[in-house]
Amino acid sequence: MGAEKLSSRHLLGIKDINRNDIELILETAANFKEVINRPIKKVPSLRDITIANIFFENSTRTKLSFELAEKRLSADVINFAASSSSVSKGETLIDTVNNILAMKVDMVVMRHPYAGAGQFLSKHINAQIVNAGDGAHEHPTQALLDAFSIQQKLGDVAGKKVVIVGDILHSRVALSNILCLRKLGAEVMVCGPTTLIPKHIASLGVKVEHNLIKALNWCDVANMLRIQLERMDIKYFPTSREYSMMYGLNKQILDNLDKEIIVMHPGPINRGVEITSDVADSKQSIILEQVENGVAVRMAVLYLLASQNDM
Amino acid sequence: MQKRTLLSGQKLQITIKRLCHQLIENHNNFNNSVLIGIQPRGAFFADRVHHELSAILKNDHIQKGNLDITFFRDDFRRKDGLVTASSSTIDFIIEGKQVILIDDVLWTGRTIRAAMDALLAYGRPERVELMVLIDRRFSRHLPIEPNYVGLKVDSVDSQKVKVSWEENDGEDKVILLSEKQ
Repeated sequence: MGAEKLSSRHLLGIKDINRNDIELILETAANFKEVINRPIKKVPSLRDITIANIFFENSTRTKLSFELAEKRLSADVINFAASSSSVSKGETLIDTVNNILAMKVDMVVMRHPYAGAGQFLSKHINAQIVNAGDGAHEHPTQALLDAFSIQQKLGDVAGKKVVIVGDILHSRVALSNILCLRKLGAEVMVCGPTTLIPKHIASLGVKVEHNLIKALNWCDVANMLRIQLERMDIKYFPTSREYSMMYGLNKQILDNLDKEIIVMHPGPINRGVEITSDVADSKQSIILEQVENGVAVRMAVLYLLASQNDM
Repeated sequence: MQKRTLLSGQKLQITIKRLCHQLIENHNNFNNSVLIGIQPRGAFFADRVHHELSAILKNDHIQKGNLDITFFRDDFRRKDGLVTASSSTIDFIIEGKQVILIDDVLWTGRTIRAAMDALLAYGRPERVELMVLIDRRFSRHLPIEPNYVGLKVDSVDSQKVKVSWEENDGEDKVILLSEKQ
């Protein structure tokens, strides 16, 4: 059993929470996973809470997953997408959020293209904030659901070997995953072309490997990241084809490994680039389990944050 | 702190046996009846009842589950209440079944109210009954009464009833705790 309450009022990043917090979230997520498999998948816990989902950057999975988690907890939900709002008319972030809060909103789930947007907001407004991805910085709920998925599949996270393959440089998923897995006692390796691995990444306590086969032979779990072309202002590798020949995971590589590993992907998948279709759809892939677990983990985060505020 | 033992050892065992016979009176061979223990403390009592019933009826197929009610409580965000949940394990269909909810102590009735809500998320039982080991009578906040009672106790709000089970706490005992006057 971990602690009974989270040590932080917001979930801005894995960096700001401790191992007890993570364990409490994962334990609570296991309870919610049972809840969402009942005939009636809803509990009344957050029926007096209003949550605003504010997305300044595109998202399908995360937005749907948060919205479903909020609805399963009986919260009232309002959605806001920057593309269809007054942000394009020049409104500032604080003004936008304060206007939303004036409508009596208790929690804000925010995705933003700039790193630290959540921290900035938390210093200026009263509502609790959940970071749903801030630029190339952190994506805490993704890391938590990845850790939860590993725990559900392998029984434990501590002592497991996890390799994160691909665009580490632009990936908030990679940073949050490294922090989360390290806090839970897993061994972590990053693998990718030199240009996509940050120079000082080893200071986070991770191994660095540039050979995919070696990395895969070392690990229990491979988390394959998408190449974030939208964040690349210069060329980091010659062509997508060359990238996928060197760092793409196909069935042949998977079958030739010494042991059976688990394949994860945070989505969206670029089939044929970082992972081939037959791998994505194989029984070693837990990509769709990750999506299911995402709802349970987000329910746990929202529930535990809400429990800190007495009425 | 003053302690008074309400039930222990053999007396507790006899009480459980008596409750089981009362259950059999109404539910015969438990073909269409299931036991549900309320987490966390009611689960121990439900285990005992289940074990005793199986022995009396020589039937290993009596269904028993555990129900966690944390997410259905009405005091969430109102006090330093418990937020950490326990697991619910109900591996059978309760639709159309006679459900016997089992808890150790009945006091305000709020837990049972939450349990009935939580139960309905699994389906629509034909009937729901309530069995408790200790009924702290005259202290209800809601109109809830048990069908089967181990022992009725008169107590005031400042007192506490503590039920210990050998498998969890080292001994079978029910005590009433009161602040020293």
